[in-house]
Amino acid sequence: MTVIRIPTQLRELTGGAGEVDLQGATVAELLAALNAAHPGFGERISEPDGSLRRFVNIFVAEEDIRFLEGIDTPVAPGEVVSIVPAVAGG
Amino acid sequence: MTFVTALKCRECGREYPIEPSYTCSWCFGPLEVAYDYDAIRASVSRESIAAGPLSVWRYADLLPSERQESVDLGAGFTPLVRAPRLAAELGLGELWIKNDTLNPTNSFKDRVVSVALSKALEFGFKVVACASTGNLANSVAAHAAHAGLESYVFIPSNLEAGKIVTTAVYGGNLVAVDGNYDDVNRLCAELAGTYPWAFVNVNVRPYYAEGSKTLAFETAEQLGWQAPDHVVVPIASGSQLTKIHKGFHELFEVGLLDEDPSVRVSGAQALGCSPVATAFLEGSEVIKPVKPDTIAKSLAIGNPADGYFAIDAVRNTGGAMAAVTDDEIVDAIRLLARTEGIFAETAGGVTVATLSRLAASGVIRPDERVVIYITGHGLKTLEAVSPVVGPTATIRPNIEAFHDAFPALEESSK
Repeated sequence: MTVIRIPTQLRELTGGAGEVDLQGATVAELLAALNAAHPGFGERISEPDGSLRRFVNIFVAEEDIRFLEGIDTPVAPGEVVSIVPAVAGG
Repeated sequence: MTFVTALKCRECGREYPIEPSYTCSWCFGPLEVAYDYDAIRASVSRESIAAGPLSVWRYADLLPSERQESVDLGAGFTPLVRAPRLAAELGLGELWIKNDTLNPTNSFKDRVVSVALSKALEFGFKVVACASTGNLANSVAAHAAHAGLESYVFIPSNLEAGKIVTTAVYGGNLVAVDGNYDDVNRLCAELAGTYPWAFVNVNVRPYYAEGSKTLAFETAEQLGWQAPDHVVVPIASGSQLTKIHKGFHELFEVGLLDEDPSVRVSGAQALGCSPVATAFLEGSEVIKPVKPDTIAKSLAIGNPADGYFAIDAVRNTGGAMAAVTDDEIVDAIRLLARTEGIFAETAGGVTVATLSRLAASGVIRPDERVVIYITGHGLKTLEAVSPVVGPTATIRPNIEAFHDAFPALEESSK
């Protein structure tokens, strides 16, 4: 199982849970599983064409998936996946 | 009173109440403060502003929080200095420097923090926090101390020594994180979901970011209520550039400028962290995050959330961007110091080097009234120039020794 961290903005879809456990070998599989378990996720974090919205960042084991293989990034057992809204800096 | 009406998503336009919140819960777009400009227009005048304090709070009608003495260390109303010698070196005409090194903690961050902490107090927060590349760390720690608030400041552990000391001295919690700024920022975004604190650049960011508009307000007021033709602004997250652009238009919107200004906005990045400039120069619609590697650590945000809006502002106004090397940054710090007597941190070097490039390429023209934003003090990043400057002579304490050294000194200063 893989832990997915859910940002506060999306916890209404998880009944308030900040983390959910799901099965999947890649980010894409986990996001599909997330949408199946908690319908509504897909349209919130993805554009109609399926690409991630530009202010949604996803991290696998603390690394931004845009430095890895995007949504095809493999996720090893025990790695944590975080969905984090883009935040401007300081 | 404030004239704020709502928080509004910059992506999809959905509106939200005035709360500690920063992203659209529908599409994750950043939220921005919306105002009742008609009401502001009826309230504000050049005279009412002139009668206000010599700080960002003279523009309180155009800011999202009430003025509160407890978090006002005097940020803002910094000098706008004419720069004829630098202009001559670069073949430019009327050039001005907004010298924001002269803020309470020596960077423009005091503007945004003064607004953010005022709003945090209004919301009832007892603890403030931030992720920082250094300047914000200084400012949050200082303003929190002044307001009697507890603070947690998160920084990359490899920050310049000066910026660590100048944060730690204020006595709040300073957490050094083993990672780069983007790691620290991501951590804080996650912590903000757990800890009930005001993270100035996370959950109170919409209010915080508005503070940067005062850079435009002051520039126009100091030019006799006129907008410049062209501004050059450094880009880290892209927020400051976006807000300066917005600020000039707001002045017209509320009747403080007679004409809607057509200020060309240009952006400055360091080559070692130039995701925004790269996207702009490639004409791309996608900003690819990078792993920063530059001496300009205060601009080293590899994943700049407001980069898209910065690109829009620059494209829509006919401005340009440049990505300058670390050597150019150091040379530009020295050029600014040598020609105008202003010592900037590395971000200022990025801005002056970009000015130099854009002047040489003809993008910035000699017939334009140009304002550049120097946003942090050189004492914060002594490491950048200490290897290349020093005494021009070292002598024994007697007259003969100076006589002997003098001809070479006189020659080198010509």
